[in-house]
Amino acid sequence: MNSVALKMLFGDTAKYIGIVMGLTFASLLMTQQMSIFVGLMSRTFGFISDTGLPDIWVMDPKVQFVDDLKPMQDTQLQRVRSVEGVEWAMPLYKGLLKARLDDGGFQTCNVVGLDDATLIGGPPVMVEGRLEDLRRADSVIVDIEGATDKLAKQPDVPGGPKRPLRVGDTLEINDKRAIVVGISRGTRTFLSQPTVYTTYSRAITYAPSERKMMSFVLAKAEPGVDPMELCERITATTGLQARTRDEFKLQTVGYFLKNTGIPINFGITVVLGFIVGMAIAGQTFFNFTQDNLRHFGTLKAMGATNLTLLRMILLQALVVGLVGYGLGVGLAAAFGYLTEGGNAAFRLMWQVLAISFGAIAIITMLSAMLSIIKVVRLEPAIVFKG
Amino acid sequence: MTTATQTAKKSAVHCRSVTKSYATAGTKVHALRGVDLDVNSGELLMLVGPSGCGKTTLISVVAGVLERDGGECEVFGTDFQKLSSGQRSRFRGESIGFVFQAFNLLPSLTAAENVSVPLLIQGVPSSRAQKKAKELLDRVGLSDKINTRPAQLSGGQQQRVAIARSLVHDPRLIVCDEPTSALDGDTGHKIMELLREVALEGERALIIVTHDSRVYNFADRIVRMEDGLIAPGSIDPTTLH
Ligand SMILES: Nc1ncnc2c1ncn2[C@@H]1O[C@H](COP(=O)(O)OP(=O)(O)O)[C@@H](O)[C@H]1O
Ligand SMILES: [Mg+2]
Repeated sequence: MNSVALKMLFGDTAKYIGIVMGLTFASLLMTQQMSIFVGLMSRTFGFISDTGLPDIWVMDPKVQFVDDLKPMQDTQLQRVRSVEGVEWAMPLYKGLLKARLDDGGFQTCNVVGLDDATLIGGPPVMVEGRLEDLRRADSVIVDIEGATDKLAKQPDVPGGPKRPLRVGDTLEINDKRAIVVGISRGTRTFLSQPTVYTTYSRAITYAPSERKMMSFVLAKAEPGVDPMELCERITATTGLQARTRDEFKLQTVGYFLKNTGIPINFGITVVLGFIVGMAIAGQTFFNFTQDNLRHFGTLKAMGATNLTLLRMILLQALVVGLVGYGLGVGLAAAFGYLTEGGNAAFRLMWQVLAISFGAIAIITMLSAMLSIIKVVRLEPAIVFKG
Repeated sequence: MTTATQTAKKSAVHCRSVTKSYATAGTKVHALRGVDLDVNSGELLMLVGPSGCGKTTLISVVAGVLERDGGECEVFGTDFQKLSSGQRSRFRGESIGFVFQAFNLLPSLTAAENVSVPLLIQGVPSSRAQKKAKELLDRVGLSDKINTRPAQLSGGQQQRVAIARSLVHDPRLIVCDEPTSALDGDTGHKIMELLREVALEGERALIIVTHDSRVYNFADRIVRMEDGLIAPGSIDPTTLH
């Protein structure tokens, strides 16, 4: 009877397309919104992802996320280095400093100061120049987003397009000269300031002088030492907060989830997609069954049991569910592909696919359930009605 | 009533004092008010009477698609109401063939697929069911319409497909509700001929509900109903030949 069920379904082309479109819409909307949400949320810890070498971040105990800057005294670096199991530990400066633009305006930059000797914590990809060039006097590396947009030079000809910042150009950070020696590319971060890399000691000269300057200590566990255990040991010895890279990412994303309206806004859209999909698909599927009630009645009279009819309807629901889910997810992926490199944050994770699948499964099963109840209650005697 | 010939015949349907009423909007419609009915194997029985007298209700009860309120009713010695829902479906699927006024073919299935449905319901493999269906379509003169969908067939052809479908699983009883009333006189006549020739073979029993007096002469016996009861004095079909 499976083939009969499928022929019934495909035979009614208009209804079939209607049901599939409802499910496609729901799966597209949910998948796309969740992926953008995941994309946005992973931008919050973009800086942690880009800082590949260290597996432990050490910071002030009150720090809640990666952009929450609570500097420590430089002496803390030695204390972390002396903890047993630490292979190396390097200082990192991170701060928002003002750069003066050609036109006299100011642009706040995310200035990152790397350990002078090792340059650990540098950008993941260099587009132009080399990281080592930071060893030259007054040198900085600027990320490509900032270089082409917010830090771009005034047009060469009046009224022309802005010119991207290039190697050899100079900047003024807090009234101090900086020469661009490289252009880097990193993960987009949640806050959209340009990122400027330099050495730790130079960053400190840029920044207003304070007693505490060091934002983070980046550390690496000795081979065979469990980073999580090492974090506990660092905290126990120094009283500082120590997190593995993944823990710190989670902590950062958790902060944004808890303290911003972003999850609620996306949550509403996702729930809306679910409800609209449910309404359209459920309604059309139920209509389809309703229209076929007479045929189900005929099958029932001819000896089809409720179990047989139930299996037929489940099969029909399964087919429309899979087709709708596949199309929706495919369209969402196409959207992600087309907007890649653009401004839209989009990250299609298997968990998102699984959640969409579950949601579509719930929609189709509930729709099927309504239809099944209707068909099971159906009196086969209706077949004789004119 | 108990002549030797009658007791020798095998009973297909045996009903006594069957009652059935419908509750609609506070009022009760007594559709069957104590009906006795016997149909024997090998017999074509016509059930006639004015619209609303309870003919459809009676064959629905006989065919086990509707529960009676009271009385007794056995089909080949089996009382539907004593079976579980699943057993009832299976018994109906094996023993009874249906022909409807509106044909009730599945529109997205071809003629052969429609005919094979009763076999598919019983779990017969599709290839065997299709083979049997083609044989039956041949018997009703539609061997050239095997892959045609109902919408492309005339009313008479659709009813032929439906008759093939009612026979494909070789049931012992066939119930037909007004099989000719959606067709013109000529086509109706041919359908009755087909039912008489093809359906009524061997030990099979046929109950045909009709109010089309032009086809009365195809009956072995005619039972008239009136207002939920069997009217006294049957019509002798031989006088109509
Ligand atoms: N499902 C139903 N609900 C309520 N009344 C019904 C229903 N089916 C039939 N009836 C009533 O029962 C009576 C007998 O109907 P029916 O058996 O269809 O008669 P016939 O087939 O002889 O025209 C009629 O009065 C009809 O209106
Ligand atoms: Mg009727």
